[in-house]
Amino acid sequence: MKKFPTEQLKCWNEAKNLRKSYYENYLNAHEKGGVRWAGGAWSFSSIPAGLGEDVYSLTGEPYGATIAFFKDFTAKCHEATEAAGFPRTLCAYMRNYWGSILLDKYILADGKVIDEHPAPDFIWQDHICCSHGKWYQVARWLEEKKGKKVPMYCVDVSVGYPMDKPLEEYKINYIFQQLNDGVEWLEKVTGREYDDKLLCEAVWNEINATRLWADICTLNQAVPAPLDEKSMYSLYVMGTLMKHRPECVAFYEKLKAEVEDRVRRGIAAVANERFRVITDTQPPWGFLRIFREMEKYGVVSLGSLYTYGLIGMWKYRPDGTWATKDLPPRKPQTREEALRMIVEWTVDRPEWAHFYLPEAKTKMILSIVKQWKVDAVLLHYNRGCEGLSVHIAENRHGLVEAGVPVFPFEGNMGDEREFDLPGTLARLTTFFESMGLKKLRE
Amino acid sequence: MVEEIFQKFRDWIDNRHEYAKEWKEKTNRKIIGYFCTYVPEEILYAADILPVRILGSHEPPTVTEPYIFAMFCHLCRDSLAQGLKGKFDYLDGIVEGQSCLHLRQTFNAWRLHIPVDYAYYIYVPHSVQTPHATPYLTQELAKFKHSLEEWIGRKVTDSDLDRGIRTMNRNRELMRKIYEYRKLDNPKITGLEAMEMVLSSQMVDKEEHSKLVEQLLRELPNRKLNRNPGTRLMIIGSEDDDRIFMQNVENLGATFVIDEHCTGSRYLWNNVSPSEDRLGAIAERYVDRVPCPSKDWPEFTRVKHAVNLAQEFKAQGALVIQNKFCDPHGIEIPPLKEALKSIGVPIYPLEFDVTVPWGQFRTRVEAFLETLTGLEDLF
Ligand code: SF4
Ligand code: SF4
Repeated sequence: MKKFPTEQLKCWNEAKNLRKSYYENYLNAHEKGGVRWAGGAWSFSSIPAGLGEDVYSLTGEPYGATIAFFKDFTAKCHEATEAAGFPRTLCAYMRNYWGSILLDKYILADGKVIDEHPAPDFIWQDHICCSHGKWYQVARWLEEKKGKKVPMYCVDVSVGYPMDKPLEEYKINYIFQQLNDGVEWLEKVTGREYDDKLLCEAVWNEINATRLWADICTLNQAVPAPLDEKSMYSLYVMGTLMKHRPECVAFYEKLKAEVEDRVRRGIAAVANERFRVITDTQPPWGFLRIFREMEKYGVVSLGSLYTYGLIGMWKYRPDGTWATKDLPPRKPQTREEALRMIVEWTVDRPEWAHFYLPEAKTKMILSIVKQWKVDAVLLHYNRGCEGLSVHIAENRHGLVEAGVPVFPFEGNMGDEREFDLPGTLARLTTFFESMGLKKLRE
Repeated sequence: MVEEIFQKFRDWIDNRHEYAKEWKEKTNRKIIGYFCTYVPEEILYAADILPVRILGSHEPPTVTEPYIFAMFCHLCRDSLAQGLKGKFDYLDGIVEGQSCLHLRQTFNAWRLHIPVDYAYYIYVPHSVQTPHATPYLTQELAKFKHSLEEWIGRKVTDSDLDRGIRTMNRNRELMRKIYEYRKLDNPKITGLEAMEMVLSSQMVDKEEHSKLVEQLLRELPNRKLNRNPGTRLMIIGSEDDDRIFMQNVENLGATFVIDEHCTGSRYLWNNVSPSEDRLGAIAERYVDRVPCPSKDWPEFTRVKHAVNLAQEFKAQGALVIQNKFCDPHGIEIPPLKEALKSIGVPIYPLEFDVTVPWGQFRTRVEAFLETLTGLEDLF
């Protein structure tokens, strides 16, 4: 059987280092006289950037995922949140995050656990999932019990997603006004003067980073696929940590060039590629080896709506195909322009669309299936995230109706107690066999 | 006579579907089902439409498995189950006022699988603590009103809106007056009766309901309940229509003197303050109402409100009903516990699903009641 050449990604180590220093920078921010803030990976991170070059963030979802990757620490976090009286059915990332505060421990990207959870100077969040605002409200409450008063600002973005027309002006305005107030709030709580130039830079960086990531995902339409989902997790994450930073843009530029080169030379992520799948949401982070198991059947996962659509920004072309969203005509020059631009840019985020409409998620997945030449879709019925598993049963209907083979599996992205690895692998094997695949010799 | 009034509330709940069908037959008007109390019923009444709340039946909702992942709360699954079984086949339309993801899912599944003539989702702001929420919601309501007008084929005028506001305000006001009787040392109504009054108001024509509540108000001062109120309890949580549970607990020597539920006080605690800008006034009411925890951040205003209620109604302890998988309410349990504890009101959380395992709960509730009365100290 045909084997494609493979190669280790050249910028792999750079990705690792960027991630490593991200968590360290947040930890050590105060030593350098800097400011640190905490908030979600989806928050408007370019806005606090106007406070200066020495502003460092800790985004909650990637931090929750990092915790989930290190199972011993996760177990302790869960014990701590349950002992504090929180139900174990809540968002698993959120529980991981609170656990870290309750234990007063901080985990670095390599799993090293540090004593004392570094409290943020302020919280900067946005809200579309029921747990977004609540997550940080409780984080703040927990910090207060430890004697630290953390001011919080949270922007409501839950204004809907019309599938067939642009969002009305009053909805854009609602978000814009909150951001505008937010700038004044940032000045007030930090005592710093706000620099609109830095804001404009950060907004432009974010727009470029999220376009670049969409371009990179588009390159995965090639056969063989130059990237697989498991590797993509280490790459997309930059966008969840620092989408507004110049380092992120620079890294994605380099990555894009490298992936283009791989496509040109036919370098594959999986040497035995013969069957292409995608997934929909976050994986069970403690069990990424399922992807390696899939490779034994010659199956490559090209990514997911989650990796493509959380960081990448997309549009539908008139012919219905999915493509990178167009760059706005020029870099913003003023605060007003920058804030409006980032709102208009962000309201199209694919991962927001499916919060509202099951049809929106099904349509996006079907576009990926067609354009990325996907043979089957794995749907993660994720007990740890109600936000991304909302409407999932409807998506299953939609895909099945469109004739796409679907493998639904139940799990939890952040709580390993709710993932049955042997059971899932056994069902997955049966699924692949029903697709005519056989295990390749190892 | 008081007993007959309460019996009527019960009958309305037990025969809600028959009531709705007869109402429709009688009036030849439309009925809309709504899922969450963030739907501004004022506008529906203004449009001469009867709003009825869609709730579950507490039967295991196996029929929803293909449409809703089982890790979503029982209210959303059980409500959809009723629709799939055709229990609400008289509805002309459905409307949802944005609250949680769970009910949004029910709305969408309903829209996709249960034929209705009209389906509308109002993007009620989540951030009710921002000053921009009311102007934004006003625009959302204008859009909703416009869509209703297109559907019913006539304009909803200012005087229609005034009528809608009056209808809703009057009903809420009357029920609040009844709640006052729960403050007495020997409350004149039980928690179950209060729940049945509010629940039935979400199922029948408010004008009809208000007449009965008015009558109840006249007669209640003379009522003497032939029971020892026992321990004064508060009940807190999201949607709760579990009447059997209420009855069982009250039979153990306790009375629910106040609740913090959207099927209870949260539904009726504040009114629309009429103003020239009718939609603005309605928007203000929904932004300022006692919030669902899903909208209550960064400050815990609902927790503060629960503390006030506990004090005003002299609750000795509180049962917190956590609808399994409900994140917004579940998240608030520890802060709620801390706040109530600080005023000497201990809480006991119980996890509810479609059906309630009363056998297990009984022992736990009894033990909780004993801690409140100090009985356990004797042994
Ligand atoms: S439930 Fe999912 S979408 Fe919501 S906060 Fe948690 S991880 Fe995010
Ligand atoms: S608030 Fe909670 S109980 Fe109410 S519908 Fe939403 S998830 Fe269910």
